[in-house]
Amino acid sequence: MKLPIYFDYSATTPVDERVAKKMIECLTFDGNFGNPASRSHFFGWQAEESVENARRDVADLIGADPREIVWTSGATESNNLAIKGAAHFYHKKGKHIITSSIEHKSVLDTCRQLEREGFEVTYLAPNTDGITSVESVMEATREDTIIVSIMHVNNEIGTINDVSAIGEFCRSKKIVFHVDAAQSAGKIDIDIKAMKIDVLSMSAHKMYGPKGIGALFVNRKPRIRLEALIHGGGHERGMRSGTLATHQIVGMGEAAKIAKAEMPAEQIKLKALSDRLWNGVAHIEQTFINGSKEQRVPGNLNVSFNFVEGESLLMSLKDLAVSSGSACTSASLEPSYVLRALGLSDELAHSSIRFGFGRYTTEEDIDYAVKQIDAAITKLRALSPLWDMFKDGVDLSKVKWAAH
Amino acid sequence: MAYSEKVIDHYENPRNVGKLDDTDQNVGTGMVGAPACGDVMRLQIQVGDDGIIQDAKFKTYGCGSAIASSSLVTEWMKGKSIDDAAKIKNSDISEELALPPVKIHCSVLAEDAIAAAIADYKTKQETK
Ligand SMILES: Cc1ncc(COP(=O)(O)O)c(C=O)c1O
Repeated sequence: MKLPIYFDYSATTPVDERVAKKMIECLTFDGNFGNPASRSHFFGWQAEESVENARRDVADLIGADPREIVWTSGATESNNLAIKGAAHFYHKKGKHIITSSIEHKSVLDTCRQLEREGFEVTYLAPNTDGITSVESVMEATREDTIIVSIMHVNNEIGTINDVSAIGEFCRSKKIVFHVDAAQSAGKIDIDIKAMKIDVLSMSAHKMYGPKGIGALFVNRKPRIRLEALIHGGGHERGMRSGTLATHQIVGMGEAAKIAKAEMPAEQIKLKALSDRLWNGVAHIEQTFINGSKEQRVPGNLNVSFNFVEGESLLMSLKDLAVSSGSACTSASLEPSYVLRALGLSDELAHSSIRFGFGRYTTEEDIDYAVKQIDAAITKLRALSPLWDMFKDGVDLSKVKWAAH
Repeated sequence: MAYSEKVIDHYENPRNVGKLDDTDQNVGTGMVGAPACGDVMRLQIQVGDDGIIQDAKFKTYGCGSAIASSSLVTEWMKGKSIDDAAKIKNSDISEELALPPVKIHCSVLAEDAIAAAIADYKTKQETK
């Protein structure tokens, strides 16, 4: 076993060997290095062919037409292009946008920017399971609502939203429905037709492809129009100019192809690993799964170990590469906005650890992790005044804290 | 984040972890911080009749730097008079532990904990 063990597949995944091999073929003089936009010679044609094959593989992953795929630099850009692009194109129809308060920052900050430009945004609160319901979308919808942007799978807690229900509603109201699928594409089934999704963001580096490449699905039926963010040579039907990065695109295509082929087996494997970890730690008192237990992707387990602060826990788990919802891992003192939105107490939010499993995680890794966690929790609770108070029956929410 | 060797040492081998008898007249307890901010320190001192701190114990919920700061001050306080202990400054703590700027608040909290424990002890003495 190689230490430290990587348990942060929600942050990024390594590039699959098979993907890397394809990418390397598109770089050097002996390889497929041409500019896909070069129409006058073999090098261009060859690069274009590879790009179009990749476009088909990405489209196939979500049941789209290849002509509906726009290459971007990643899900951040896809989210920006989707939301700003639609807002700027449809602003004459209305100025109201609906999203949720636990979206990725690339959606939230984009919405904040649009607010500065005069748009109005409603940030829906999820339920305590981390799910944004179609009912809450319906309630927030107004005459002038032009965009609904709801993530498929949450990056911190791994919960899955019912995008089909929201898509059905938005289609009936002719509202553009955007889905951030950075955490779901290649992991769970996506069918943009059945789910009635208009615009969908994807990222290669969450599915064993390279960083710096993503895609945006833009529906043709009904046709969705977006105002471009990046202007230039008119690539990608004017929606995203810039010379296409053949090696990156080929990498994303190959990653999508592999993900589609191996998805059923991978889901079973990841579910077993996730159950194995949970079964290993569930006996620890005051330990909770954050977010819905049923509606979640198999590769994510977000757990709070009450009365133990996340960053100190990470110090004890230095052989495990995990992430924490605790404040101390960021510059601010605020714990994770996602966990707070679920209504978690401050102690619980500060006590959370996100485990991400993936293609290279083994049972041995999990068993090692369980042992480390057990020892760390025992040690840190012996150090925790909150644990003492809990054991003495003190209700921490009633204590007057001298805040600093 | 990279931790200094001293922070790691205190974190791995915290000194003077525990609890003193709260009801003892000669024990002062300081509890500072809040779960909302991600750190809570409980610092206790046992003071002799000569005004010298005979024992000090702590428990801390917080990051490694918060644990190290409180562990360090228990070491420093033992054997000191309460007046001298009150002179321990957050800058002494952050310097000793080489805390980065984002962790200075941990040393501030430890200084607050010392003040709170001494204040509690003094109140108890007055109402004796
Ligand atoms: C839900 C979600 N949206 C968007 C992004 C941003 O993706 P990228 O890193 O490709 O810009 C991420 C990844 O951090 C994510 O998890």
